[in-house]
Amino acid sequence: MNVHEYQAKEIFARYGVPAGIGRVAHSADAAATVANELGGERWVVKAQVHAGGRGKAGGVKICDSVDEVKKVAGEMIGATLETKQSGGVALPINCVYVEKPADIDNELYLSVLVDRATRRVTFIASPEGGMDIEEVAEATPEKIMQIAMHPAAGFQAYQAREVGFFLGLDKKQVGEFVKVMKGLYEMFTECDASLVEINPLVTTKDGGLIALDGKLNFDDNALFRHAEFAEMRDISQENEREAKAAEHDLNYIQLDGNIGCMVNGAGLAMGTMDLVKLHGGEPANFLDVGGGATTERVTEAFKLITAGEGVKAILVNIFGGIVRCDLIAEGIITAAKDVGINVPVVVRLEGTNAEEGRKVLDESEYDLIAAQDLTDAAKKVVAEAAK
Amino acid sequence: MSILVNQDTKLIVQGFTGSQGTFHSEQCIAYGTNIVGGVTPGRGGQTHLDRPVFNTCADAVRETGANATMIYVPAPFAADAILEAEAAGIATIICITEHIPVMDMLKVRAVLDESDSVLIGPNCPGVITPGECKIGIMPAHIHQKGKIGIVSRSGTLTYEAVFQTTHNGLGQSTCVGIGGDPIHGLDFTDVLEMFENDPQTEGVVMVGEIGGTAEEEAAEYIKHNMSKPVVAYIAGVTAPPGKRMGHAGAIISGGKGTADDKFAALEAAGVATVRSTAEIGTKMEEVLG
Repeated sequence: MNVHEYQAKEIFARYGVPAGIGRVAHSADAAATVANELGGERWVVKAQVHAGGRGKAGGVKICDSVDEVKKVAGEMIGATLETKQSGGVALPINCVYVEKPADIDNELYLSVLVDRATRRVTFIASPEGGMDIEEVAEATPEKIMQIAMHPAAGFQAYQAREVGFFLGLDKKQVGEFVKVMKGLYEMFTECDASLVEINPLVTTKDGGLIALDGKLNFDDNALFRHAEFAEMRDISQENEREAKAAEHDLNYIQLDGNIGCMVNGAGLAMGTMDLVKLHGGEPANFLDVGGGATTERVTEAFKLITAGEGVKAILVNIFGGIVRCDLIAEGIITAAKDVGINVPVVVRLEGTNAEEGRKVLDESEYDLIAAQDLTDAAKKVVAEAAK
Repeated sequence: MSILVNQDTKLIVQGFTGSQGTFHSEQCIAYGTNIVGGVTPGRGGQTHLDRPVFNTCADAVRETGANATMIYVPAPFAADAILEAEAAGIATIICITEHIPVMDMLKVRAVLDESDSVLIGPNCPGVITPGECKIGIMPAHIHQKGKIGIVSRSGTLTYEAVFQTTHNGLGQSTCVGIGGDPIHGLDFTDVLEMFENDPQTEGVVMVGEIGGTAEEEAAEYIKHNMSKPVVAYIAGVTAPPGKRMGHAGAIISGGKGTADDKFAALEAAGVATVRSTAEIGTKMEEVLG
């Protein structure tokens, strides 16, 4: 789960990670009030959306008067912002963050994640702040340092000193940097974060360090023990259908194709998408209905799939393990009727009572196309979508 | 022979008396798995499914001599259950539970790395040696005793591979679901090594998916250490970057962990790959000649 910059910075501050001085505002008037309270002659107004690359997309503006803050905030709030990293969609701006500008000397990069290969909480640092870190890694790998934390020993100051000197910090800044890394490590482990990215982490002309931007993701599986973070969720920043699916415990990812897919099991759902593609079709979605594939879940799944414009055919691929295929077949028919599907539906059933399941489909007055096997199913659905 | 579990396996179930634990224990018992008891804290001394219930794993091991455990404990308490099993000295720990926090698994894995116990999963269907011992949630009847070892990150794709190798008469020696989480117990290389050393196994099906580099590591291992043929399939060619495809570990991040990279690494190592899930069985027949 992702949170906004202003929420991330609030949590940073609790762990002693300096994140500048600013506050969130939900209206133009509130933004002006914040600017007045912060004081000074210059403010930065930043659109709060769940995507990086805001600056280049016009989501970060420097203002030289309170009136300008009010004007800019008024223009941003209620508008949308599409950035290079927003996945091809324009995200709604519901609030802005107004902060005092930092007196920037140098821009650095710092992130924390779990490296699955080493199974360690790992920091990634680079003196090339403000850049796309994947491009830095590609072009100049020597400008990136990774350092792993031992799960029993945890963070050690020497590790931060190593990174600090690598980043070119001076003695005083390294002292500050040790505190920043220690705070981030504690935050990461205590809050069950899955990613913290500070890009840029800036050094200021008076020798300080400030997290100028902050990206913070939480491990969804650990939200049960962090009710406060779970409340920070902003559904408006998520794909509507994907959020809806999550409400029904369905795993759904929207794609660009025209063949809807409904499958039980995440691996088989991916395998089915790949098979559709292999036979010349384009999957419209990833959808795992789960092991049960009950009528209720299948109904919700059909609703999600058919909510997409341009879905020309649907492939249902169920490997009935412990649940019997004839029961699943009846569920599919009921659900298809209830939802009122008006595109061809190809069904492949395998596993327990598969024969009986296919018979139920064949004998149904509802026009479903029963497939003999996986390949047959893929070919049939691709052919139907092309009609 | 076979790997990990067989007719001599004495199994306990953690989360024995819960609905999931009960249902799947019944299925395992019906298959012939020797379930010698279960653990539910506070219900020690009772019986469930005609087996004794214990308060702790230590009690269960002392009284029954159990050497394997199957865990259905809910995610918030599952890491604790795995560590309890390890502390009780249980050799084979199979955790079915999904949605365990990553931070919990980091600690679990650090302990397991120093231990003689092995962990399979979490977020996996379990392990089955057909005809001898079923531990997990896989549908029993699709399996058939035979010569193919199957190792997979995905439950339903394992069933596809099983179904196809049963259909063409090859059968399975042991099927191991290593699970879909980013931090888990046994990995492909560990299981491949076991299959390489198992006389019953003549060929191995490996089912991977996007995310991480476990398949690339497996490719290296196969290239240098395996004499038996391996057929590999990787799910997620069409998966968009940055999206989590159902499994916690199935995500392409920073351009790393794509299906294409994995296919390329496996092919470079001389592994027979298939691009269609439907062709796993026929490819295996072909490479076995």
